[in-house]
Amino acid sequence: MNNMHLLTDITATDIVQEPIRKGFGRGLKTIGDANEAVVAACADLTDSTQMSLFKEAHPERFIEIGVAEQNLVTVGSGLAAMGKIPFVSSYAAFMPGRCWEQIRTTICLNDRPVKLVGSHAGVSVGPDGATHQMLEDIALMRVLPNMVVLAPGDSLEAEKATVAMAADRRPNYIRLAREATPVFTTAETPFEIGKAYVYTPGEDITIIATGTMTYQAMVAAEKLYKDGVDAEVIHCPTIKPLDAETILHSVRRTKRVITVEEGQAAGGLGGAVAELLADKFPARMHRIGMQDRFGESGNPNELLEKFGLTAKHIQLAVHAMLEESK
Amino acid sequence: MVTKLSLDALEKKANDIREDIIRMLEEAGSGHSAGPLGLADIVTALYFNVMDYDPKNPDWPERDIFLMSNGHCVPVQYAAMAHAGFFDRKELMTLRKYGSRLQGHPERTKLSGLENTSGPLGCGLSQACGMALAMRMDHVERKRWIYVVMGDGEQDEGNVWEAAMLAGKYKLSNIIAITDRNNIQIDGPTEEIMPLEDLKAKWEAFGWHVIEIDGNNIESVIDACSMAKAIENKPVMLIAHTVPGKGVEFMEYDFTWHGKPPNREEAKKALHELRTLGGKIRGEHE
Repeated sequence: MNNMHLLTDITATDIVQEPIRKGFGRGLKTIGDANEAVVAACADLTDSTQMSLFKEAHPERFIEIGVAEQNLVTVGSGLAAMGKIPFVSSYAAFMPGRCWEQIRTTICLNDRPVKLVGSHAGVSVGPDGATHQMLEDIALMRVLPNMVVLAPGDSLEAEKATVAMAADRRPNYIRLAREATPVFTTAETPFEIGKAYVYTPGEDITIIATGTMTYQAMVAAEKLYKDGVDAEVIHCPTIKPLDAETILHSVRRTKRVITVEEGQAAGGLGGAVAELLADKFPARMHRIGMQDRFGESGNPNELLEKFGLTAKHIQLAVHAMLEESK
Repeated sequence: MVTKLSLDALEKKANDIREDIIRMLEEAGSGHSAGPLGLADIVTALYFNVMDYDPKNPDWPERDIFLMSNGHCVPVQYAAMAHAGFFDRKELMTLRKYGSRLQGHPERTKLSGLENTSGPLGCGLSQACGMALAMRMDHVERKRWIYVVMGDGEQDEGNVWEAAMLAGKYKLSNIIAITDRNNIQIDGPTEEIMPLEDLKAKWEAFGWHVIEIDGNNIESVIDACSMAKAIENKPVMLIAHTVPGKGVEFMEYDFTWHGKPPNREEAKKALHELRTLGGKIRGEHE
């Protein structure tokens, strides 16, 4: 165990795999049990988004909206106006994809602490194809004043993030994934909204990752260590507000940055870090993510491979960047 | 709590509010004329007879809720709020100006007493649904009322019908929605731009109890609200037929006044008309 209380052997073949959305479902149930103000609404995807646990425990505080995402978030605004803590969920492609203006006007400008839950984000949604693989949600939510944007790295962190969202007085967006991914943090691993965490300390290069890609970055760092490269991995579960201090502290030492995310690199985490560094500490940077294109049908591993979103691709990108400066 | 006015006093109040609307818009140099004038009788009825609230304690937990979903008509709400004592009437002249709490479209976080931020159309009814569902969870459903004023052109928005369906499903009977049926929108008459009729049948098909009223008759607005409160298992839609630009003859029925303010000359003429009730009486201040 290191000071982040991560699993010691993250590449063990028997590592527990669980969809990030499951952690959200548990977190919502926990906070719903503890706080009567917590309510939930869903747009006809209650099981998929894992709201069903809450619904079963607290049916009187659950609202089925039907397939109507504009209504979903705006009803959320009305619930929050009456002092409720509303969690509203759908697939990220539809919410925030379908209802951005309602989120802007009735939640952000209106300053109502609605908790937006976008599940099935990224290409790892797989066979459903490009229509359902949301890649632009981080960019869409990040530009809205007042909005907090979260992308937890595994199901345990999603559980902690959900509990933290209920206590946060701002509008929040949390990005969840469909597929089972390794659970590599533990109950003791810290999580706080607005904080990024150095999961692997290093000196040669900074890899900043979010959501499902942090695990891939961690695996890449292990491979790189064997290659003689000392890479620092920063896990950035809060994309907004960005933890500038942690990122700058690292980049000032390494002078090189690679960002990794399962979404459009433009406007996403890559965009956020690029803006920060352009303002405060221009550094050599490379953004791994979707490069201005849509996904397609396939199994998740095929797609992650095709779009360059694996530990191997991160490893190669690090070598390429280090090679440049030789 | 605000004092409930008699019918005579309400009619005078509506006229005073119309005068303020003309002055505000002329001073601002931009904004919407026809809608606010047409809505003056409805908003006067709500603020000075129908609703329970306390202008000195805008967050009073038992208050009724007023949502203006068609935020471009907010001058009529600002004027009513000033007359009700939420803030000084002098502040009305700051409408749309830099640093004003009276933003061009209503912003809740700027002005105490506003319940929502609106302007982009089609959201008020959804917010009302959220509020009504929260009130049901808190067991105050039959004690607090939510009044939502909507435009007719606004009902081109799909979001409106998503909310209509939800309110029907959950039988949110403490929502009293009021459609300002003035038949105009920015590009022209509603029935040319995007026909809404049969509007009554549409709302009924979505599970609403619908009452059609003369929205420029304060007594009929008050009566319809009383009737609406007696309906226990459905949300209620009042389709309020109004005259856009009501009270100022050269603005009445003319869709070109939807989105513009009067200039000095026009304002003077409008104020004269309002003070003399269209030439029927001699104005007090003439």
